[in-house]
Amino acid sequence: MKPEAGFGVASRDIGRLVLYLIPPGIITSVFVIWELSVSLFDVPVWLLPAPSDILVEGKENYSLLWHHTLVTLKEVVFGFLVALGVGLVLAFCMVFSRAFERAVYPFIVASQTIPIIAIAPLLLIWVGYGITPKIIVVALISFFPIVVNTMDGFKAVDSDAMNMMRTFGASRWQIFPKLQLPNSLPYLFTGMKIAIVVSVIGAVIGEWVGASEGLGYLMTRSIPQFQTDRVFAAMFILSFLGIILFMLVIALRRVIVPWYQSEEYKS
Amino acid sequence: MKLQVRNLEKCFTDKGTYVNVLADINLDVYDGEFVSVIGPSGCGKTTLLNCISGLEEPDSGLINIEGEESQSRLGRVGYMPQKDLLFPWRTVLENALLGMEIRGHSRIESRKRAGELMERFGLDGFEYKTPSVLSGGMRQRVAFMRTLMTDQELIVLDEPFGALDAFTRHQMQEWLVDIWSSMGKTIILITHDVDEALLLSDRVIVLTARPASVKLVVNVGLPRPRRYRMVTDTAFIALKEQLIRALWSDEV
Repeated sequence: MKPEAGFGVASRDIGRLVLYLIPPGIITSVFVIWELSVSLFDVPVWLLPAPSDILVEGKENYSLLWHHTLVTLKEVVFGFLVALGVGLVLAFCMVFSRAFERAVYPFIVASQTIPIIAIAPLLLIWVGYGITPKIIVVALISFFPIVVNTMDGFKAVDSDAMNMMRTFGASRWQIFPKLQLPNSLPYLFTGMKIAIVVSVIGAVIGEWVGASEGLGYLMTRSIPQFQTDRVFAAMFILSFLGIILFMLVIALRRVIVPWYQSEEYKS
Repeated sequence: MKLQVRNLEKCFTDKGTYVNVLADINLDVYDGEFVSVIGPSGCGKTTLLNCISGLEEPDSGLINIEGEESQSRLGRVGYMPQKDLLFPWRTVLENALLGMEIRGHSRIESRKRAGELMERFGLDGFEYKTPSVLSGGMRQRVAFMRTLMTDQELIVLDEPFGALDAFTRHQMQEWLVDIWSSMGKTIILITHDVDEALLLSDRVIVLTARPASVKLVVNVGLPRPRRYRMVTDTAFIALKEQLIRALWSDEV
């Protein structure tokens, strides 16, 4: 009995270790294969740079890349915060007024069907060249998952819990903060997880159509000059940025919605 | 007289067809009484409870609480569903205080009262834990505390022990009778468990199958305090036989 249990624990530890090693392992092997293929088939840098070329580019132009990264990061963060604010207010108004929901929801859905790449240049005409049109593009893309998920969270209240609140004599203004709002938080964070990642795409699109700074701008400028290694460096930074921000949202969820984890484990 | 129900009727429409759920229910519950309502499953017990607590409105008939016909009963009748419905974002103590909080009781006063009750509810030491660490029986006791601590004197319980295992259920039943006798509340318990109804109640009301009406009212004259071992007493068995006969008389 005992040695078996010991073996079980050991194998579980090994299993967990393997799980942790999978992502870095996969990434490393992809890069190794990539590196080897590029040198094996003698692919020119302007066509497909090897990971080592990209690394060298990143190192040599560190300050240039860093400058543009900060610009893009600023657009992502501000755009995301605007989306969060607008999204929460919209969801709140829609859950309190059925008429408002019916009036506004079609527009919210429609806003997502219009290609953002078509709106972005118009924004340049309307609000100018600075950071504002980028923030609008980011917010426009990322408010949608926040609104939709938060709405679902407000509505996904156990009907028995709702009845219980009513038998206490609770008003709508008591039911909302004490039941609907906390109940919606896990949903809100699901929306935020999606929103933060698409925010990065939004910022690049915003820069793509007209900018003087940012990683998107850097890419549009580098492509005609066949600086493919720089384009790749920018793409890697963008992915890295997305992953870091995504993990930040998850960390924030652990702080604000600690019960979500324990409830998950229970079921 | 705490509660008076007269000629209560309730129908539902289900895909265009009328379903008659309650047909002419008459019911009296006295101050401080413990009454159980028992009936075949799906007979409309929960609908009756929802009407009494004000969650649903009957189609016709009267519901008087403390002698007055009140249009809005919501907030006047304490309600305890089968699920414990503890909020995972609140600690045990905060969950227990939810009802008082909504009803506008002072925070300090409620906390003091809750602190005194924690031990009687077998929850001392768990005040600041989250509900997820509690056992099923403990969760149910927090839910009871949440309902019993409000100033609502009439309380309806909808199969509160249904989800518990048999042993915990018997413990909780004994515990509930003790708590009830010291708190001076009037309780209506919905159950489908004949033993539970007899062990806890002053009177047991048997409903017919749907559409429900009152079939039999049994006065349970058993001495208090009630203990689970009483289920083997001859007096208990005689009452049980009476109830089972009434419940199963429609069956062939």
